[in-house]
Parts: sequence; C-alpha cells; structure tokens
Amino acid sequence: MSPSATPAALRLAGIQKSFGATRALRGVSLTIAPGEVHALIGENGAGKSTLMKVLSGAHAADAGTMELSGQPYAPTDPHDARLKGVAMIYQELNLALHLTAQENILLGAESARGGWIDRADSRTRARAALAQLGHESLDLDRPAGTFSIATQQIIEIARALLTKPRVLIMDEPTSSLTSADTERLFSAIDRLRAQGVSIIYISHFLEECRRIADRFTVLKDGETVGSGEMKEASLDHIVTLMTGREVKDLYPRTPHALGAVLLDVKEVASAPRLRRATLQVRAGEIFGLAGLIGAGRTDLLRTIFALDEVDAGEVVVVGSAAGASSPRARWAQGVGFLSENRKEEGLMLTQSIADNITLTKQEAFSRFGILNGGRQRETANRWIAELNVKCGGATQAIGQLSGGNQQKVAIARLLEHPARIFLLDEPTRGIDVGSKAQIYELIGRLAAAGKAVVVISSYLPEVLGLCDTIGVMCRGELAAVRPRAQWSEAEIMRVATGSNAAAAKAENE
Amino acid sequence: MKDTVKKILAKAGPFLGLLVVVVLFSVPAETREFFLTYHNFKTIFTQTVIVAIGALGMTMIIVSGGIDLSVGSSIAFTSVIGAQLIQKGWGAAPTLFAMLLSGALIGLVNGAAIAALRLVPFIITLGALGVWRGSAKWLADNQTVNYDASPINGWMTTLDPQSYALPAGVWVSLVLAVFTSLLLRNTVFGRHVFALGSNEATARLCGIPTTRLKIGIYALAGAFFGLAGVFQLSRLRQGDPTVAVGLELDIIASVIIGGASLSGGVGTVLGSMIGALIMAVLRNGSQLMGWPTYFQEIIIGLVIIVAVLVDRLRQGKQA
Repeated sequence: MSPSATPAALRLAGIQKSFGATRALRGVSLTIAPGEVHALIGENGAGKSTLMKVLSGAHAADAGTMELSGQPYAPTDPHDARLKGVAMIYQELNLALHLTAQENILLGAESARGGWIDRADSRTRARAALAQLGHESLDLDRPAGTFSIATQQIIEIARALLTKPRVLIMDEPTSSLTSADTERLFSAIDRLRAQGVSIIYISHFLEECRRIADRFTVLKDGETVGSGEMKEASLDHIVTLMTGREVKDLYPRTPHALGAVLLDVKEVASAPRLRRATLQVRAGEIFGLAGLIGAGRTDLLRTIFALDEVDAGEVVVVGSAAGASSPRARWAQGVGFLSENRKEEGLMLTQSIADNITLTKQEAFSRFGILNGGRQRETANRWIAELNVKCGGATQAIGQLSGGNQQKVAIARLLEHPARIFLLDEPTRGIDVGSKAQIYELIGRLAAAGKAVVVISSYLPEVLGLCDTIGVMCRGELAAVRPRAQWSEAEIMRVATGSNAAAAKAENE
Repeated sequence: MKDTVKKILAKAGPFLGLLVVVVLFSVPAETREFFLTYHNFKTIFTQTVIVAIGALGMTMIIVSGGIDLSVGSSIAFTSVIGAQLIQKGWGAAPTLFAMLLSGALIGLVNGAAIAALRLVPFIITLGALGVWRGSAKWLADNQTVNYDASPINGWMTTLDPQSYALPAGVWVSLVLAVFTSLLLRNTVFGRHVFALGSNEATARLCGIPTTRLKIGIYALAGAFFGLAGVFQLSRLRQGDPTVAVGLELDIIASVIIGGASLSGGVGTVLGSMIGALIMAVLRNGSQLMGWPTYFQEIIIGLVIIVAVLVDRLRQGKQA
C-alpha cells in the first residue's frame, strides 16, 4: 500500500503551546501510521507531557494542526478525545481500587438500560476488552486493589480499549513493572498493533523503546529534533539527540576503595514476605539489590531501617550499640532511607523544599523548639545549588517540582543528615535521563567518600552499570550475592526467577 | 474453602455484632422476660425508623467519600415546616411531599456548595448544621408548632398497641432499604457513587460528571432526611425546632458500624441497617436494665470504636 492510500492514524504539524512566558512546545511534528508503535523520547521538560495533554484534550494548542485518520482533530477535553478515538494511559494508575475489575473497565461507559446495569452485557464487553490484550482469564469480580500493579495496568488498558481507540498513548507504562511483567505488557502491545491500533509509547527506558517501537520521535526543548525507524537508529544516536551526552557517560565510574564493614545483616526475616537475607556492606561499596517486584527487596530495606519488625536474625549497624531499633534510632546511627514511594511516603508534597530536606534533624535547626527558618532555607539553598535542583526557591512546595527534582531533594535529606549508610529504594524510578545521570554520579561520589550504599533497582543495566556487588532476591530470600563481574543480565534474571534453585540444590549435594 | 468461610465472616460481621448485643440483654434475669418478646422488638423496630432512614441517605453520602453533619438540623427544619403546613390545613400527602422537597433542597444546597466552593463536606455541612437549626427555630418562633390532628400522627404507631402489626414507618424503612440497596448495586448511578468515593480523580478521568453526581447524591440523601423528618413529626405529633440534636452522630455511627469506610468507596445498605438496629437494641436494652442515660452514651461510644476496630481486624485477615 502506498502511503497516500492510507491516511496516517495521527499527524501533528507545527504544534505550539505557551504558558505565560514559558514556551513549552515550539513546533512539534509527528506522524504515526495505523498499527504503528511510536516511541516518544525526550528528557523531562522536553515537552512530552504538554504534547500529551494537547493530544488528549486537556490543553488546546496555540498553533499547528492535528489530524486523526485524515480528519481535523481538536478535542475539547479528555472525555471528548476518548470518544474521538484517542485514549491515554497515565503513568500513575487511575483505578477505583474498591471497585471490581469489571466495574473499573466499564467505568464511565457502563452497559445499562434506563440506568440499570446490564450484567450480562457488562461481562461480555469487559471480557472482549481483556481478550484483545490476551488476558481473558482475569477474575472480573475481584476488587481492583487486590491485583498486582501489572494486572491493574492491564485493567486500565482494557478500559481504554472499550471506546475502540485508534490511538492509544502510554506514558511510562513500565516504570513500576518487573522485567517479566514488562514482557507481558509487550505481548499485549503486540496484539494491539496487529489489530491496527496505533500506540504512542513514552518511556525513559531506551532499550525498551528499541524493543517495542517501530519508529521514534525525539523531543528536546519543545521541538522535534529527530525521528526515524527504530531499527536503523543506534541508542547512542538517540541519547545524543536527547541530551547531547554520550551514552558511555551514563554510569560514571568514580574510583572508590572498599573499607571496613558498616552494615552487617545476619539471617534476617520479617513476616510476611522477607524470609531470609544475609549481607554485608562495606564503606565505599555500592551494593545492588535486584529481583522481581514482590521478591522482598523493599521489605529487606525496610527491615534494615526498622520500619518493619525483625522476626528472626539480626541487623547490626557497625559502630553503634545494639538495642531497641526504630527508624528514629537508625537515623541517629547514621542510616538514611529513601523510599521508592516518593509521593506517598518519601516526601511531604505540600511542604517546602527546606522543610523536606531538614525533616530528620529539625532539632538542629531550632532553639527551645522554635525553628530557625532562615537557617533551614540557607541549608536548602546549598543543596539546591549542589544538586542542581530546578525550582523556584527553597520555600517552594515540593509537589510543584518535576519527578527528577523531587528525587534530588529526597536524596538531599540523606546527605544533609548526614548518613553514612544509604538505603536507596528505586532512586531513579520515573525520572529523566539527565537527572538519572546526576543521581548515578552522586551515588558514585558517596562511595568515593567512604559511604556504604544499598540500591534497589528493577532496571538491570543500571544495577550492572552502577554497583560493585549485586545481590539477587527470589521469593523472599536473598538468593545470591556476588561481585558485579560475575553477573550478567541473563544470570540475574535466572536467579531472580528461581530457575537456578534446582541447579543450586544439586550443586550443594 | 477457607476463602468462602472468610467471605461469609466478612459479610456476617455486622450480623454477629447484632447477635452479640441481643444475647447480651437476653441473658440477665431482670430483662430476659421483657427484652426477648415480639412487642419489645416491635418497639425497637419503631424506634429504629428515623435513624434507619437517615442512615440510608448517609450511606450514599459516605460511600461517595462525603459526610453530612446537618442531618439533625435538617430533620428539625422539615418537621417544623410539616407542622406549619398541617396547621394551615394541608392534607397528609401534600405535606409529605413538601417535607421531602424541603429536605432535598437542603441537600441540594449542601451539595452545590461543596461542589462549587470546593470546600470539604465536613466544613459545609458543619455550617449547615447551624444554619438549618437556627432557621428552624426562627421559622417556629423559637417554640413548638402544635396542630390538632393529622393522619401523619398514625404512621409511627398501630391503632391497637397490643396488635402484632408493624407501624407504617417500619414498612417504609424496609421498602426504602431494598430500593437504596438496588440503587447502589445495580444502577449506573450507584456504581458512580462508589467510583467517586473510591477515587475521585479516576472518576473524573473516566468522564463521570462528578460535580453533578455530588449534588445529586446530597439532594437524594436530603430527601431521605426529609422523610426522617416526617417520621419525627409523626412520633412527636408536633413540630419541634430543638428535636434531633446530635442525631447525625447516631446516623453516621450506624453506617460506620455497618462496615462503611469514612474515606469512601466502601459500604452497604444492609450493614447500615444492622448498624441502626444495633444502636436501637443498645438503647432499648439499657433502658430495660435501668441504666442511666449517661451510661448508655458511654456504651454506645465504646461500641462504635470496637465495631470499627473489629472491622479493621477482619479486613486485615482478609488481605
């Protein structure tokens, strides 16, 4: 078929959008064929979110044209966009967790006759949507909140499919998925592609984009700076387009030497998920924890930090008297914890950057219980400059910052404290490549300064690129701890999925 | 198998609570012969009517993630309106209709204020509590509104106190409970109420008209509160602007004891009705035991806390 015979599923030309003096989009062009998976790539602040908001009808463009299957397309709001054939899957899942899977799929588009729910038809439609994704066996009557994140995402995609979209936009769909779940999502995307649905796939994981996308477009500073066939482009080329930074610079190797053991975890267990883990982390060591989601990595970190109770075994922070442990006691021992759940647990989103950074040691910033706001701000400003946090000042509420900048503030809290053992749970989740590189560099500097760092990451190139020692968890146990040189992505996956358990047993006998 | 047992336990939770309080008052020798009789239960059912009808409206509101603190005032206001209309010679049917309408209007105003001013329901209805209580007193010139007679007076009693028949109010409550349950479980409106309470952002994202829905919920619940006012009038046989002070707390407690979550998204009509019955049985039993009212208040306060605690333990085990 010649290109002129089939109109593009979606064609954008010269899209511009300004907010006050800020020109978020300066001229974006994008063409997507029916049944094409198109990766939209760019650092945070490149204009991806604004472009998606224009596409999904949340904002109107100032200039430029949009066509959907050859027809002019100008949605008035997200609901209108959905009806016209453009559906969006947001990075943060949007489910009513108390409602069943079926109710969530049909939310806002219920099968009803005169206001009464038609149960048989509801079921048929929900099943059909799930079948499109290859998940027809999902239990439709279970509350959405009882499913794994990966399945919740499938439910959300099924909901988007209900309106028979021609274009489906997925924003960072794998940011909280394990490798295995990502594969399941990809096979669902493949099915949709075969059905002629066009997909705009936004991700910071370039390897993923490479695997799943047919074509790509790179945005930088609100403009299209490149596009092409995914097969023909090298990762280096794409990263250079995005950042002007060479890919080999992503995981900087700061020279660091291993010192004495700082953290000694012996046979520790914590119900319900953590069954057994033994590890030692030395001064100047970056220790990576890999494994599937639910393998107990976060539980291990929480147990070390005394957020979860130790049911068996022992956590020793070397150089501190053993005794009753609590997160408060851990901070006092120089242990800092960075939650994977930045928005719900890690930060007080409505509070200022200064308050967030100094939260663990506000006594130090106060006299007779009265806080010295000036000194708090001074300290905050120092970290803002040091970590290159993009913000409007130390008093700005942290909820207004981008994910990468929020994460820098969260880490600044640990640095300010100051901690000597850093427990970092998914420190680079959902943040752009530029911020990631800065965080890698920061972790390298910490190790060089003789700190012990434990990093959880679901992104294997990151674990392999960053860490000195890697421990892999499987079903609540820390299954293997080895120096980085003895690991590969395949080997980590083999241990994480338990496929070597039988082999290891045979070896021991 | 184990899951089925758990499911049944979760469903039966409020029933077990009711069973416990009933057994509690059936055991002591001094109350046994008075408590566990048909006529005493007829009294309990009749005493439950006002709280039960209020709890039906409140269940919708709480499931949607809201709260209404102005129910007691709303009941007083509508009962004053009703008494004045009867004074003017209105018949039972138009008076009933006018009272439902005024209840619905109060709810409509509450809902519209919550949606338009974007204030939390707690604040708006706390304000409304004062506004409508004051308005009721103003309207009634700060005294009870008396009238000669009205068929409405007969809706909370039976002609012959020894009769086995239940008064009209009990039947109306039952029919309304079935109606509300079907409404919440089987209609698009009902599903949207749950969606709104479970995750408002998601509801809006899915194209549910959340503003209109909120106003609708408060207005419909307001009509229920107006009906509760009708039965309040029937029981007192006069319009009293100082009646039902603090009744909203009994109503909210019934819904919570029945398993609803104050953060929204969870709740059942059946649970709320059982919750209302538990409250009525506790009051009735305490009176039969000869306990002073302050003692009843303490017990009911503790029961609310225990009920929610038990509910949380039960759900914790489920997960």
